[in-house]
Amino acid sequence: MLKASNKTGLVFFPAFDWAIDPTHPEREERLLYTQDQVTEEGVFDISGIIEYKPEIVTVQDIRRAHFCIPDEKSITTESHLISAGGAKAIANAVLNKEVKNGFALVRPPGHHSMRVSHGGRGFCHINIEAVMVEYIRTQFGLKRIAVVDTDCHHGDGTNDIFWHDPDVLFISLHQDGRTLYPGTGFTGELGGPNARGSNLNIPLPPGTSTEGYLYVIKNCVLPVLEEFKPDLIVNSAGQDNHYTDPLTNMNFSAQGYAMLTSLLKPDIAVLEGGYSIEGALPYVNLGIILSMAGIDYSGVIEPDYDPERLKQSVSVTDKIKKTTDTINAYWKEKDELRQKTGTPGSFETRHREIFYDTDNIFERQKEKIRICRDCGGCFEIDSSASTGNHILGVHIPINACKACTEEGYRFFDQADKHKFNQVILQDRTKDLYEIK
Amino acid sequence: MIIGIDVGGTNTDAVLLSASGIEKKFKYATDAADLFHTILACFEKLLDGIDPKRIKRIVISTTLTTNAIVQQDMNPVGMVVSAGPGIDPEFFRTGEQYYCVSGSINHRGREKAPVNTMEINDIVQKMEKAGIEYVGVVSKFCVRNPSHEILIKRILNRHFKKVFLGHHVSGNLNFPRRIATTHLNAAVFSLHKSFFEAIKDSLKQMGLSIPIHILKADGGTMSLESSMSFPGQTVLSGPAASIMGAIPYAPKKQDAIVLDIGGTTTDIAFLVNKAPLLEPMGIQRGQYKSLIRSLQTDSKGIGGDSVVRVKDRELVIGPDRKGPAMAFGGPEPTPTDALIVLGLMPEGNAEKARKGIHQIALELGLDDVETADKIFKKCCSIILKKTFEMIDKINTQPVYTVHEFLEGYKISPRKILLLGGPAPYFAKKIEELYHIKTIVVPESSVANAIGAALARTTCEISLNADTEQGIVTAHEEDFAEPISKTYSEDDLIETAHALLKEKALNSGADPDNIDDVEVVEFQKFNIVRNFSPKGKIFRTKMQIKPGLIKGFEHILSQL
Repeated sequence: MLKASNKTGLVFFPAFDWAIDPTHPEREERLLYTQDQVTEEGVFDISGIIEYKPEIVTVQDIRRAHFCIPDEKSITTESHLISAGGAKAIANAVLNKEVKNGFALVRPPGHHSMRVSHGGRGFCHINIEAVMVEYIRTQFGLKRIAVVDTDCHHGDGTNDIFWHDPDVLFISLHQDGRTLYPGTGFTGELGGPNARGSNLNIPLPPGTSTEGYLYVIKNCVLPVLEEFKPDLIVNSAGQDNHYTDPLTNMNFSAQGYAMLTSLLKPDIAVLEGGYSIEGALPYVNLGIILSMAGIDYSGVIEPDYDPERLKQSVSVTDKIKKTTDTINAYWKEKDELRQKTGTPGSFETRHREIFYDTDNIFERQKEKIRICRDCGGCFEIDSSASTGNHILGVHIPINACKACTEEGYRFFDQADKHKFNQVILQDRTKDLYEIK
Repeated sequence: MIIGIDVGGTNTDAVLLSASGIEKKFKYATDAADLFHTILACFEKLLDGIDPKRIKRIVISTTLTTNAIVQQDMNPVGMVVSAGPGIDPEFFRTGEQYYCVSGSINHRGREKAPVNTMEINDIVQKMEKAGIEYVGVVSKFCVRNPSHEILIKRILNRHFKKVFLGHHVSGNLNFPRRIATTHLNAAVFSLHKSFFEAIKDSLKQMGLSIPIHILKADGGTMSLESSMSFPGQTVLSGPAASIMGAIPYAPKKQDAIVLDIGGTTTDIAFLVNKAPLLEPMGIQRGQYKSLIRSLQTDSKGIGGDSVVRVKDRELVIGPDRKGPAMAFGGPEPTPTDALIVLGLMPEGNAEKARKGIHQIALELGLDDVETADKIFKKCCSIILKKTFEMIDKINTQPVYTVHEFLEGYKISPRKILLLGGPAPYFAKKIEELYHIKTIVVPESSVANAIGAALARTTCEISLNADTEQGIVTAHEEDFAEPISKTYSEDDLIETAHALLKEKALNSGADPDNIDDVEVVEFQKFNIVRNFSPKGKIFRTKMQIKPGLIKGFEHILSQL
């Protein structure tokens, strides 16, 4: 009889009545054929696989990870709240130990949404993994969390939200930013001054196949995780590195995804992108589910799969090896790199420009962070967008030291209310969100 | 007049109904080894003094197939299974003669690998050598494209008595369940056929030559002829009969719980605005999962004859039954004995009942009446706890659209309908403990037979249109037609309705009782290639809901 050796929770929320627009890749039937495949395979009947209904996230849940401008309701639809709620439902099932691991097959995705969100970027409005991670930290008190983003696009939103957080290790494997949206995620992007090395960006050359992906997992991601010792591993399981994806140029396969999953052993996987809805998603999702449940997945092969045609070139293999070596070197030096950043108690400022391709918004940010060796450091973000909104967001990290907490309140109190539409305090130590 | 017969494990219940009410009703001890004579004896008793020409309808619910499954008394069946990519089909093996073959159809119904006819010819020889007479053929995604099943059947047809195809079983996706269901139909076919042909002949001799209807697990009927292809659908029709019998007393536009409290088990089901809830996919009991349309019922191992014992100073009731209550000569104390000690039930030997309850009282350190009351309350709480768990489960069923998530129907029952032997004694206590209006269904001891007698014919069709591929199909009904790019939602619904009517009439439905049609599911999607729309997919499921035939509500409400 067919039985899962790992009890696995699934949330399946295809949002069959929601699309960005009718011919957009992020449209109603994106998960239709996946649902057909998974239903026909009888996956929900397998003993040990439990299907959960998604929850709906609250404003409070979103406010742990985001400054939504002008507010949460204006930039989200119910679909976004249920998609994030799907990840939350899986988190509850896993952390309440009802299941060993879980997979949220939800849409719309979220990994391009940054801490400040003025609207849609790369089909994302709120960051479903970040909302889930912050919920887990508050609700279940977990300290160290690793998020491994295997979507083909750089997970720049998640990267941004955990940029200054030394307790959340964010690793992104993606197609080289010089050849694909959003154009970021180079090896030198290692995290903020207090968290250098806790963001690892691994750009892969176009044409990377299963061999290359698994090489990076085995030779870089697994050793780093081994050393970081996370309490929880989250996989942002985008599926657009598949060889049939219309938006990207990679050669990954369903077997590769299933193997990657069994190597990485994520506690929670959350679906991100993936737009080859007929040729890839049905098989890749099935492979991931079986792999998480510990069931033989060797028969999950795309009908037109031809490993010979998908073999990666020697030059691609060389590039991948070099990138892996670079990342491993950074990881080894991360403590020294952190020591080298400014004097504790001083401030570091950075300026950024962010474009929201989905909603056509242009944003300028000025961020000021307190250099700190004891915690992630408090920071303020001065953000003005082409929508006319201008805000100041102050963030105090969940494990903030006393000095950073005090400094955060000083930022908030000293901000001139008349200069901004909103001045917002996000005090994660007290799970507080205040607008003045 | 109408005859309804429900063959149960212990008793067979039979009724004869006329426009003025119940003409005859009785219970008859079931002879499990000879159901044929049990049924004939019931007919003889029902027809005694009645002109057979006055009988207009006959409905029979039997445990024939259920018993065959339980006793593993089934035909050996050869299964030919083609899976393509995915989970290894070896996991779904039904027996020794189970062959996984090449060939693959994808989720859109496109052929990805052909059937290998030489391979099938080899298997024919092996199965013939093994003496196989009945074969099931199932291919993955056959409900999208049954051509492989049909091709394989053509090769097999000459060599075997009957070949059953997966795509005829249901329009639902679920390959493992389709394998199990096709296998079941093939395995009980000859038993079902010979049994009902014998019944038909005997009834003819009694002067009854009108069509016989058979009750299905979904609480609807089908004609004897249509049951021949799907004998598996008669499994678990017993609980369905009882639920159908409760319908006349259910509140309109409200939800109700139906509890059928028997000797060993209690069956639990739900009515929403007088219509029973259906299983989303099909019957499942433990590991056994099928695509057989069924009412959503569950049973709990507790009833009037459940064994009562004390374990670790805690009262434990059921799930086993060792015999009748002590008051009726049984070996162990039971909830029925508790009812007698409490003075609620006048029948039985009161002294023996007290003796049984006294053993339990000693172990618990309570007096006899306190103990009996505790047993009774515990029974009620076990049954209701299971009921509330089922409600929670139904209300947290996953949904796949934003609309359903926000607007989805939640059941919240306002009334409990009780059936079964001990039901009259439980009603007051349950109402007192749970503050839900609780009534005993009138004539509750034969309500199941009444339910069978009055159940209408049900059926469901699944229709898919794909304007990119230019075809509308209901493969379950062997229906396929070309369509144009302009095919619309309305066209789909119209076609579905026509097919549903035709299917109902072919299954023996009375033309006056086919108008309670419901669209169970409707989905519409754009097919997009390279960022431009290429067509649409429409999918619908339409059914005639389980319910009672018209014209008898008034006599039942007078009972």
